Amino acid sequence: MTDSKYFTTTKKGEIFELKAELNSDKKEKKKEAVKKVIASMTVGKDVSALFPDVVNCMQTDNLELKKLVYLYLMNYAKSQPDMAIMAVNTFVKDCEDPNPLIRALAVRTMGCIRVDKITEYLCEPLRKCLKDEDPYVRKTAAVCVAKLHDINAQLVEDQGFLDTLKDLISDSNPMVVANAVAALSEIAESHPNSNLMDLNPQTMNKLLTALNECTEWGQIFILDCLANYTPRDDRESQSICERVTPRLSHANSAVVLSAVKVLMKFMEMLPKDLDYYGTLLKKLAPPLVTLLSAEPELQYVALRNINLIVQRRPEILKHEMKVFYVKYNDPIYVKLEKLDIMIRLASQANIAQVLAELKEYATEVDVDFVRKAVRAIGRCAIKVEQSAERCVSTLLDLIQTKVNYVVQEAIVVIKDIFRKYPNKYESVIATLCENLDSLDEPEARAAMIWIVGEYAERIDNADELLESFLEGFHDESTQVQLQLLTAIVKLFLKKPTETQELVQQVLSLATQDSDNPDLRDRGYIYWRLLSTDPVAAKEVVLAEKPLISEETDLIEPTLLEELICHIGTLASVYHKPPSAFVEGNHGVQHKGLPGSAGSAESESPDAVSAGAATEAPAAVIPSQGDLLGDLLNLDLTPPATTGPLPHSGGMQMGAMDLLGGGLDSLMGAGFGAPPAAMPPAFSAPVSGSLYDLFDLDNGVGMPLGSFCPPKTVWLPAMKAKGLEISGTFVRHAGVIQMEMTITNKAMSVMTGFAIQFNRNSFGLAPAGPIQVPSPLSPNQNIEVSLPLNTVGPVMKMEPLNNLQVKKTLVVFLFRQVFLATWKDIPNENESQFQIKDCHLNSDAASNKLQSINIFTIAERTVDGQDMLYQSMKLTNGIWALAELKVQAGNPNYTVSLKCRAPEVSQCVFQSYEAVLKN
Amino acid sequence: MIGGLFIYNHKGEVLISRVYRDDIGRNAVDAFRVNVIHARQQVRSPVTNIARTSFFHVKRSNIWLAAVTKQNVNAAMVFEFLYKMCDVMTAYFGKISEENIKNNFVLIYELLDEILDFGYPQNSETGALKTFITQQGIKGQLQTKEEQSQITSQVTGQIGWRREGIKYRRNELFLDVLESVNLLMSPQGQVLSAHVSGRVVMKSYLSGMPECKFGMNDKIVIDKQGKGGASDDAGKSGKQSIAIDDCTFHQCVRLSKFDSERSISFIPPDGEYELMRYRTTKDIILPFRVIPLVREVGRTKLEVKVVIKSNFKPSLLAQKIEVRIPTPLNTSGVQVICMKGKAKYKASENAIVWKIKRMAGMKESQISAEIELLPTNDKKKWARPPISMNFEVPFAPSGLKVRYLKVFESKLNYSDHDVIKWVRYIGRSGIYETRC
Repeated sequence: MTDSKYFTTTKKGEIFELKAELNSDKKEKKKEAVKKVIASMTVGKDVSALFPDVVNCMQTDNLELKKLVYLYLMNYAKSQPDMAIMAVNTFVKDCEDPNPLIRALAVRTMGCIRVDKITEYLCEPLRKCLKDEDPYVRKTAAVCVAKLHDINAQLVEDQGFLDTLKDLISDSNPMVVANAVAALSEIAESHPNSNLMDLNPQTMNKLLTALNECTEWGQIFILDCLANYTPRDDRESQSICERVTPRLSHANSAVVLSAVKVLMKFMEMLPKDLDYYGTLLKKLAPPLVTLLSAEPELQYVALRNINLIVQRRPEILKHEMKVFYVKYNDPIYVKLEKLDIMIRLASQANIAQVLAELKEYATEVDVDFVRKAVRAIGRCAIKVEQSAERCVSTLLDLIQTKVNYVVQEAIVVIKDIFRKYPNKYESVIATLCENLDSLDEPEARAAMIWIVGEYAERIDNADELLESFLEGFHDESTQVQLQLLTAIVKLFLKKPTETQELVQQVLSLATQDSDNPDLRDRGYIYWRLLSTDPVAAKEVVLAEKPLISEETDLIEPTLLEELICHIGTLASVYHKPPSAFVEGNHGVQHKGLPGSAGSAESESPDAVSAGAATEAPAAVIPSQGDLLGDLLNLDLTPPATTGPLPHSGGMQMGAMDLLGGGLDSLMGAGFGAPPAAMPPAFSAPVSGSLYDLFDLDNGVGMPLGSFCPPKTVWLPAMKAKGLEISGTFVRHAGVIQMEMTITNKAMSVMTGFAIQFNRNSFGLAPAGPIQVPSPLSPNQNIEVSLPLNTVGPVMKMEPLNNLQVKKTLVVFLFRQVFLATWKDIPNENESQFQIKDCHLNSDAASNKLQSINIFTIAERTVDGQDMLYQSMKLTNGIWALAELKVQAGNPNYTVSLKCRAPEVSQCVFQSYEAVLKN
Repeated sequence: MIGGLFIYNHKGEVLISRVYRDDIGRNAVDAFRVNVIHARQQVRSPVTNIARTSFFHVKRSNIWLAAVTKQNVNAAMVFEFLYKMCDVMTAYFGKISEENIKNNFVLIYELLDEILDFGYPQNSETGALKTFITQQGIKGQLQTKEEQSQITSQVTGQIGWRREGIKYRRNELFLDVLESVNLLMSPQGQVLSAHVSGRVVMKSYLSGMPECKFGMNDKIVIDKQGKGGASDDAGKSGKQSIAIDDCTFHQCVRLSKFDSERSISFIPPDGEYELMRYRTTKDIILPFRVIPLVREVGRTKLEVKVVIKSNFKPSLLAQKIEVRIPTPLNTSGVQVICMKGKAKYKASENAIVWKIKRMAGMKESQISAEIELLPTNDKKKWARPPISMNFEVPFAPSGLKVRYLKVFESKLNYSDHDVIKWVRYIGRSGIYETRC
């Protein structure tokens, strides 16, 4: 039998011919005709005109013909709703057929006909089929409830189908259970709070029993459902894990991955010292490795998931480096993923082998892969200090190959190595300079220029090198221009005599001839700095840079936790939360790992509780707001992160403590600063010395997330393309208001202001739209007051200034409460200490203290004494306020501390002393 | 769940299109053609997101299969399903080709209707499907009521892979232990990575619902028995047992029993199926060792010498040996001398292919070649792809041995002794590469 002939009929009058055949008396002829119709349908021809004729063929006892007609119906019923009614009778009759296959077929097809009028008729047959004696019909009916719910959710609820569906979870047939679970899970996803999938220990038990008996697909549905359960305690958690582990030996990779998901999640509940915990960790590795011998597409899915698992629990696969070695014939997507995991697993123990492999890869054909391999060598150097020297020499070898893109990539990573290990490998600069001419990519050029500028004093012809770049200044990309500007200024500060002309040239190029506001602003700032105070300029421009951190591309912890709950799914393949790619409310609810005995959050429970504390600001005093400049970097955030980001726990607190000048509880973590861009900043309070409490892993949200936060001054106008905002929070008659001064420091007119708040712990959101009289002409400033309320999770306003890309900006200066709080605390809590033999002036002292997160709120000079008013907040939420008296020439400082919990005063004083004398 | 399933030919013409969910529009079919099939560069990911619609795609010969969804589906399941779909189609009409698909499109639609309901995969065991799929199968009208309920209980039942009432005059089973050895070796002869991935394939022609138990020289099992039994026996068997890193089983195997007792018991499907897969990395017998020597003589000549040594019992014969030595792209001519077999330079594949029909154990053979190169001003060095090897040997390189396969059928009157059993071991090369 060959059906391909149906594809080839293209003659005219075909429809009429088919019509005639469909009405033929001969069964065979009818069947042939329906096949032809379906073939035409497949290739996209419109055969809807034949609807009545095809429906006429429906009443037959020939199962084969019936199936064909149903296929047609599913396709065209929607476009011919009135005629579809004609089919209803047959459906209803078929649902009563003695043959279970026909009953199931009818109920299955009816659910696929998305016509409102039909759904009414569907209810009765569906109700019967849900209680059918034959399991095949019941399992089909279970799915049909989900179909009906998709068409008309209300109807399903009204008809009580949900309860019947819940009953099916206790069905004797495993496949019915599996389909009921699948249907319920899907329905539950669109009713996040309905508690529809009422998971309790009894249901869990039923599901776990069905798990052993149903088909591979059913096992996946059940495992995916189990993953949503939160066990009551660690014992229940362990017993579920024990019953799920056998699934790790299933031949179906999806069953394995779903089992891994359940185990990864429930493992959180287990105490780490439990023997079983160790056993479980050991059991997880082999199946994950086995997934890598599956077909390449599945390998890809597995690798994307392993990437997450390795980040969450590196111990599982730490000995399995070899299986991630790239094979010559792997598809490129598998190669790239393997490479990623290799770097994550790289450690001192295996670094030699890894480097040898990476070097091998760097000679392959695929450009992307080679680049990534070269970059990986750099990341190894940064991650494993002992290997740095080896990595650098490997990179030099690669540079010798002169392959253009290899050289460029190598230079980019060598720049990072310099930032991690300053003053160690500068001997290679000469080799790098030899390749200057071959660099044609912006990133590589920028990296090279940075190196030349940074080490200008060791490169004899640095001025010539930079000058050569300057010739085509306007053809360069912004990245290169900015870097060139900075590099030449650095050079000038290092060798002022011979480079005066050069610096003037670049400054005028940047400020006068450029349209780019970033560039212009940076140019102006340098210009002003250099002309007013060259010493200050030196301090700013040549300031010691913080070291870059090891891992630059870790997934942000809260997102990682969510993705772990989505192992095996698309979210884990994209490494994005479902809300980023799913429309509507299907499956976008946020999932989180269960709170656990050993997880990171619980190590710092104080941080979490501190986040909940909202202390109302009562009064206002000025403070230095420039710390907060980082907040402006909105224009650099990836779009995905501006959406509602789930916030929880300690992660954001680290950032908050930093920003807040101690008075941070109002501003909330995510305000303006994109949470996703923040490096993980878990505060790690260690009991004992209070000094440790202050020593947060300060993570300010630097745009690239690639280095630890500098405490340098940021210039808002420069970062915001000329828009400068200063502002404050005040409280008028119980309403929180944000008062801002918006200044246009750019050359052009600004219009179309809008404001957007990221979701924050306090639910702060604008109560109304921002009122800015636009346009705002250059150098004009205006005062705006925006009432806020604390109800909205996220408020998003209309697009920002189109001309100047995203220019939203909110800066907040926080200035609050110091005075009020000071007065509020009873005098008996005040204690005074003397710090002796301290030879710092007030500014230096203030800077030092700031490094441990004690922030200066205000400063005044009385009778030759500098008075610094400072505040700090311990991670457990205790506030302390201090007044530091510094008298010029007197090495003894006086600290007055006020705190609601006087016990800590002594400790705070000790840390003051430790820092100031250090 | 899966919103739709499309099958395309290599030109991007739709052969089969079945939409399961309302959120998948007709334009999804075209989006995939334009963005993936007609895309300029090679496929960079098997999952492509186009306008918030995700496409999972696999390619079999010239045919593209794409599953489409707009939800956060279980990605591993979708791919597993696509492979399964290919298996089912192959079982029905052989090779997946444009012609076969066009010839069987009605069948494919019927299958798709049955094995995927609202995007949820349903029973997809070919054995079960053949009992009630009408196209090329039995005709609906002929079934009696008993037959119908038998079908439905099989399709939905615990043993969905086997039907009742199978009878054979001669009860027979065949076990094939098929292994592929994978090796990556450095030019100095250091093993960078090596593993065996093996499969136990069973062909069963057994009557009734037989209960089977499979045993092999798994180290964990042998050690456990050794502890209980005589001590000298443990010492002896300890050597012969192998450490299995991991194994996965056909869905007929009772996994919980394996997890608790490490015993493999099951009721097999009828006919051919894959009982288990396993992987070992320890004490692998590497059947061949390749020793490469590449010397660049000036800029226009390469001298290559490759020695292969066979490393197994002299009484055994390896077959279908093929060594592939890559040559640079600018090769202009090659002279080859080999002691055994035939060697040829294949310009289209940029390689010297050396074939030997048979080779006994503990032997060695060598090939030397002179490669003339065209002078180029290309600065880029030749990447030197690894030398790869293919072969087939009549033993299991992992050392796996089948100890027993017991068959019990209590209802019918045949016993384990009456079953005729055949066991065969075949070791093949997987990716067997030596860098040069």
